[in-house]
Amino acid sequence: MAIKRGVSLYSYQNETFQEKMSLEDCIRVSAELGANGIEVIGEQTFWGWPEYAVDEAAIENWHKLIDKYDCTPVSHDFMLDYKRYKGRMMPHDEQVASVKRDIDFGARLGMKFIRALVSIEPQVLVDAAPYAEEKGIKILIEVHAPLHFDHPWIVRHAEAFEKSGSDALGFLPDMGMFLHAFPPVWKEKFLRIGVPQNIADYIEKAYEDRVLSEYVILNVREMGGEGPAIAMAETLRHNAAFEPKRMLDYMPRIHNIHGKFYQMNEDCVEPSIPYDEIVKVLQQGGYDGYICSEYEGNRWIEDAEEPDSVEQVRRQQVMLARLLGESETPALKAAA
Amino acid sequence: MMDNKMIVEGSLEAYEENGETKGVKFLGRLPYYRGLGLSMVEDILVSIDGNKVPREDVRFHVHGNTYTLDEMETVYDDRWNFGEKATIIALKDGGFGPGEHKVEFGVRMRVSYLPFVPTTSDTKSLALAA
Repeated sequence: MAIKRGVSLYSYQNETFQEKMSLEDCIRVSAELGANGIEVIGEQTFWGWPEYAVDEAAIENWHKLIDKYDCTPVSHDFMLDYKRYKGRMMPHDEQVASVKRDIDFGARLGMKFIRALVSIEPQVLVDAAPYAEEKGIKILIEVHAPLHFDHPWIVRHAEAFEKSGSDALGFLPDMGMFLHAFPPVWKEKFLRIGVPQNIADYIEKAYEDRVLSEYVILNVREMGGEGPAIAMAETLRHNAAFEPKRMLDYMPRIHNIHGKFYQMNEDCVEPSIPYDEIVKVLQQGGYDGYICSEYEGNRWIEDAEEPDSVEQVRRQQVMLARLLGESETPALKAAA
Repeated sequence: MMDNKMIVEGSLEAYEENGETKGVKFLGRLPYYRGLGLSMVEDILVSIDGNKVPREDVRFHVHGNTYTLDEMETVYDDRWNFGEKATIIALKDGGFGPGEHKVEFGVRMRVSYLPFVPTTSDTKSLALAA
């Protein structure tokens, strides 16, 4: 089995927010690019979820579009707002019940996986696992920067999953945790909001040199940096160049991948995330699930220009097809 | 994110009750990649021409219901959906006067997974529709 390509519709958020793209547009362009796996954030794509009922017509439309464009539902990313009540956390049993509703919603959409955010307590997922097994769904916790596979919180999840004995629990790594260079779109944004050029250059170089974030923050302060300059330095607290090979220990429980990217240049290369190395590691580990494009450069450029999410996803899919050794180059059909 | 799209262009209108001008209203969107249950909208900050509208004079209207901000804190069965245009009402007897107004609109959200409570805002000059 080979690694398959997909898209998280999160990628098209600027267009869907403004109603410039419909659900059909999102699925159609993804399918044209050969990215047939479709992942959604349930409550982004389906109005109402989870506070009130989603129209049955919206669910029917989803299945109709998935069939029409020969796509495969991959994951319903759920949120579990355990801070729903002001001043108190949602009790454990209610959290478990909430996850069960998301399992049902994922099943209704024909998904194989539901994505759990990384801050959720392991025991909540362990207690929901038997129900997930019953429904043929796996719950995947998203391992996302600043967390990583050697962080004690993730180790705790892994231990709880093993102890549970359930194969309905697993991981969904977000490739943003392998941030090997400071993203150019981040630097440009910080320059636009007033970071002096010399400080921005220093932070970019310090990132390349793998200097500990706390030293970088202190140095920026001593260079006279304040406000946005400190904020730029503080991004190093939440991002680091972890090693893709750290995924290898966890391969049996890795079932979906977020192909996070901040920008795809015209030559179809992501300048800050080492996808060549990532694909090699996944192949070495025998991974045969989807890599779903997750474009997140939008929020870094929208103050200066309208993101062109479809073009960004196209470039990443060209890169992925190339790295996966596919013979055809993904291309959009000319507009009718 | 979507900061500069929070206030919907061209949406400012007088707000009337029983034929009397009681303030202004405009359409606002949540600056977020998803929607949010109303109980997690911690605050909505509105200023008109640089003057902050008191919290108790702000109303939020969606799906046929109008809420005070305090009421919203315990609404668990309704939400402000992704990209959805809700009506934001700023009350003031007699309104804010005709012509162009500088509208500032901020939202503070309680997001379960974030280790901070974000406030995002947008400012636009809008002409009051007749």
